[in-house]
Order: sequence, then structure tokens, then C-alpha cells
Amino acid sequence: MSNTKISFVRTNMLPQKSPPSSQVGAVRWLRENLFSSPLNAMLTLLGVLIVYFLIVHLGPWFKNSIWNANSLSQCREILAGESGACWAVIKDRWHQLLFGFYPQEAYWRPVLTFVLMIVAVAPILFAVVPRKVLWFSAVFPFLAFWLLWGGSIWYSVAALLGFVVGFGAFVLLQRISALVAVIGAVLAPIFWWLFLAGPVDTLLTAIVPIRIPAIQSHDFGGFMISIIIGVTGIVLSLPMGILLALGRQSDMPLVKWICVGFIEFIRGVPLITLLFTASLLLNYFLPPGTNFDIVLRVIIMVTLFAAAYMAEVVRGGFAALPRGQYEAADALGLDYWKSQRLILLPQALKISIPGIVNTFIGLFKDTTLVVFIGILDPIGLSNAIRADSNWNGIVWELYGFIALCFFIFCFGMSRYSQYLEGKLKTDHR
Amino acid sequence: MSETMADRKVDRSQMQVSDEVAIQIAGMNKWYGTFHVLRDIDLTVNRGERIVIAGPSGSGKSTLIRCINRLEEHQQGQIIVDGTELTSDLKNIDKVRSEVGMVFQHFNLFPHLTILENLTLAPIWVRKTPKKEAEEVAMHYLNKVKIPEQAHKYPGMLSGGQQQRVAIARSLCMKPRIMLFDEPTSALDPEMIKEVLDTMIELAEEGMTMLCVTHEMGFARQVANRVIFMDQGQIVEQNEPEEFFNNPQSERTKLFLSQILGH
Repeated sequence: MSNTKISFVRTNMLPQKSPPSSQVGAVRWLRENLFSSPLNAMLTLLGVLIVYFLIVHLGPWFKNSIWNANSLSQCREILAGESGACWAVIKDRWHQLLFGFYPQEAYWRPVLTFVLMIVAVAPILFAVVPRKVLWFSAVFPFLAFWLLWGGSIWYSVAALLGFVVGFGAFVLLQRISALVAVIGAVLAPIFWWLFLAGPVDTLLTAIVPIRIPAIQSHDFGGFMISIIIGVTGIVLSLPMGILLALGRQSDMPLVKWICVGFIEFIRGVPLITLLFTASLLLNYFLPPGTNFDIVLRVIIMVTLFAAAYMAEVVRGGFAALPRGQYEAADALGLDYWKSQRLILLPQALKISIPGIVNTFIGLFKDTTLVVFIGILDPIGLSNAIRADSNWNGIVWELYGFIALCFFIFCFGMSRYSQYLEGKLKTDHR
Repeated sequence: MSETMADRKVDRSQMQVSDEVAIQIAGMNKWYGTFHVLRDIDLTVNRGERIVIAGPSGSGKSTLIRCINRLEEHQQGQIIVDGTELTSDLKNIDKVRSEVGMVFQHFNLFPHLTILENLTLAPIWVRKTPKKEAEEVAMHYLNKVKIPEQAHKYPGMLSGGQQQRVAIARSLCMKPRIMLFDEPTSALDPEMIKEVLDTMIELAEEGMTMLCVTHEMGFARQVANRVIFMDQGQIVEQNEPEEFFNNPQSERTKLFLSQILGH
């Protein structure tokens, strides 16, 4: 035993070494990810085979694509029995799929609205965009309404002024007390919209008539209507969901039970019943002769529906926050709204990003349900196109195109959420 | 435990206790449901006092100091902090909270904000300090806890000891008149305990009124001018540290001390 020594002292610390060459690079990646076990190797080969068959069978279909034809039968003549896609239907009807029966000479209006929408959401989505653009974001909904539905610009301006009136009331009444200010900020705009907005609109239209031709809601259709309903629903459902989530956690029993009741009721009812309610039943309850726009009604229902889900997603985020965050915020003397806004909400929303975007994507795809209440979204139009004798029997190309458009939007949202998660990651786990 | 302090000579010359009362607790009782967690607590803390609260877990020591800034609500009796009585009046609660700093066992820094933002948040939003001034104050305290170079990092990138020092600095930025410490070193690795205790000793030397729930008996010996021992929701014994450690009176205290100092 004399040759074993227990005592040992390290005199120099070992430097870092690079890993052996078999442990880096493409070879290692292949071995680890594709051929790590016999089963894995078999699955890899199976995957390669599936991709091969897909290419062999779908390749010619894409390669023989027909873009110029007036009907499905003409497509078939040109193909002469070969397999091939008849994209001519898209070329013939793309404007309907995008705009519905919106007048052709006014296509610039939805297109301009779409471009402006991108400008308006840019500062909200990306921090690099100058903050001043947010002013445009605030005005955009009213501008978009005017561009899409047309009529006198003063209608939109009068509606917008309601918010200015509300803000003014808040600032003026804040000197009295916070509660009075909030009540004033709610009541003043309602008073404005009910009694003053109409006359102001009429008066200004008479003095400075700035108008573009009005277009009725029943002419709206295609992806335009999906985007209008989807984007409005998304923008409105998030703040509403947040308020519902906060309300559900409230100490005040009345607020709490109203929120719980709302969330549980809306979640317990299928969207399609809400849409039928919007299209059919509401007319019975509204005074005769009221013209309550169908698109607006649908937007309200879709928003309420999404908000209930959003509330639960956001509540999940709040529930995931450690108790200590609430306590630290309290201990620093922050009041309820400040600690919510500065400490808790940013963290809860960050945690809930995947769930929030999930709800957004679901909402956007659910807009296709409006086909059942007679609004011609892309699905509704595809039915109309297929009913045309020229295109009777076409399936893949039409639905493929619609699917592609939806995929682009939904995938975009998904990628953005991943970008955002990465950007907001500060915990370095 | 006391050896972590051995290399530091604590200067007690500044640690004057004034006659002015900082915290007055009288006949205070608290229940969790039907469980009586705090029983007839009477405690007067003078300005400049450093009090260490010790006791077995579940004895109510954390609950006691959490009542002082109303993180917990008491159901009976009176708590007056800095002349303001704690009732359900939210204005009073916010006033007390902005005067009383609190340091938690698990730091509770805000992970989505940088260190500097953590420090300036409350001064800017509660005290309405201009941002620039708040940042200067924050840097002053970061220097004091010896980590100014971490100002622009996120809490997740710091070690536990650094995070706890940031948490202390965050409280100090509100210029509190009283500091509460709720087991500030219990979640730390042994190597990091010292750096946090050093910061706390410095604070004591500057005359801060401090209430510390801690198991660091070395700290209690050197810094405290009163040690309170709690068990089953009541104050069992309190005394000057020398007396408390060398000549404990109650059987319960003797047992507790033998258990924590015996190894």
C-alpha cells in the first residue's frame, strides 16, 4: 500500500480543450439526429421515401399548371388527360377571393387601408419603429373605417372626437377625484356620440363636403372581410381579455362575479351560436328600423368570444408569477394599477405569448364561420365560384389557394410570437 | 457561523438609539383562518434600533415583520409605523410602505427589468423623482453595495449574493426610515452570505432602524442591540445579544440555542 498516496495538491489549473473531432460538425449532427438508433434510421429512410413519392406525384401536377383558360373543361382539354393544376380559376377570380363584391374601381381603398394597417401596427410590433408613429396607429381605425365603408369623412372624425372628448373630461375632472374622472371619461363620449356627433357630422359635411362613394357591408367579402374581422377582433380582444383576467382576480365580489359569469358563459357557447345570435336574434331585440351593421355585429361577437379565451390565457400568465413579485411591488409602495402595469402585466403577458398568439390564430381562422350567416368570406366565395358552370368541379386549386393565404397569415403570427419570445427573454436560463 | 464576521471589526460608535419611537405594536393578534399565528404581540422599536428576530420555523417571525408593512393584515390590536397607524385605509398603507424598505428571502427582483430599472422604478413612479435624478441615486446605492458594473444587466444574470445586494439597494433607493429583512441570507450559498451581511452591517453602522429575521447568530451578536426569540406566535424572550446568548432564561430559548449553536 505504500505506492498509493492520498494527499494531492494541484499546482496548475487545467486549460479548456476543444472537443474531439468526431463530436463536432455535420457527421455528428447526422449521427445524432437521423441515425442514432436502428428505429431512428428506419424512420429517416421512411421519411425520405414519403418525400420522394410526394415529389413524384405532385411534381407533374405543379409542372403542368394551366394559367390561361376560361373554364375547367378548357383546362382539361389543354391537359389532354395528363395530371395538372388548373390555376386559371385563381387568375379568373382572384379579385373576388380577395375583395368579394367590392366595386372594382374602389379596390385601391382596401389596398391602401391594408398598407396603412401595416404602418399602424409596425410601432406596436417592433421597437425600432419611431414611437411617434403610434399617433397614426391611434387614428388608423377611424381612417380605415372611412376608407372601407366610404361616405363623409366627418362621420369618422366625429366618432374619433368622442375619444378626445372622453380624454378631455378625464383631464379636467382629475382635479376633483380619480373616480369622478373615470366616470366622466366614460359618460362624456357616450353623451357626445348620442347627441352631438350626428349634428357635428351633418354640419361639417355641409360646410366642407369631403366624401368618397359609400359601399355597403353586403358588398364586402373575400380575404378583405376575414382580415377586417380578424384584425379588429385581435386588437380589441387582447385589452378586453386583460381587463377580464384582472377582474376575475379582483377582491371586489361584484366585479369578480360579472367577469367569471361572462367568461364562463361565452366559453360555454359555440361561436356559431353567437354568430347566429348576431345575425338573426339581435334584430328582434333592437328597435324596429335600426340599422346595426352586420359586419359590426359579427366583429362584436367574435371579439367577445376571443376575449373570454384571452382572459383565461392571461390569467394563466398571472398564476405563473411567483407570489414574491406581487409582494415586492406592494412593499415598494406601488398602488394596484401601477404594480399591474409595470411589474405584473408585462411578465404575465410574456409568459402567455404562446397562448395569446394561439388564440389570435384561432380567432383568425374562426372568421371563416361567418359563411354560415351569409357573409361571403373566402370559403363562401369558393362555394359561389364552384357553383358557376365554368368552374364546377374544381376543388384543390381553390381550397389550396385559400389555405395558402390563411397559412401565410397564421404562420406569420406564429413566427412573430417566437421572435417576441426570444426578444423578451431576460431570465437566461 | 460567527467566523464569517471574524475578519470585520464592527463600528458601533454610530449605532445610537434615539428615544423617538419608530414602530409601536400593541396587543396585536393575527389568525390564518382559525389558526392563531401571532398572539398578543407588544413591541416598541426606537429609531436606530437593530433588532434580530429568531425562532424556529413556523413561530410567526416572518409574519410579524410582514405585518409591519401590511403584506399581512392583523385582525386585532394596533400597529403604528412612523406615526401612521396601519388600518384598511389604502392611503396609510401606501404611505407606510414607501417609508419602510423590505428585503425578501428570495430577493424578488423584477426579472423583466434591468438592475438599474429595478432600482429606479419605485422612486420614479411612487416618489415622482425625475428619471435622471433617480438613476443617479440608484448608481450611488449600487456603488454602495459594490456592484455598479452590473447596472445594465438583468437579475437572472447575477449570482444570488449580488441579487440580494441589488434588492437591498432597491429598497434603499426609496430612502426608507426603517428596513425589514425577512431571512435575507437563507437562500444563499455560504460563500455569498458574507457579502450580504457586510452590506447589512454597513447599513447598521449608518444608524438605520432594522428588523431582521435571520438565523445568522454571528450577525445578531455583532450588530443587534436586541434579540427577540419567538415561538408559537408569541415573543418568548428578548434581551441584549450578550445576555441572550450567554444567559438565556427560558427553557425553550435554551433548547433553541443549543440546537443552532451546538454544531
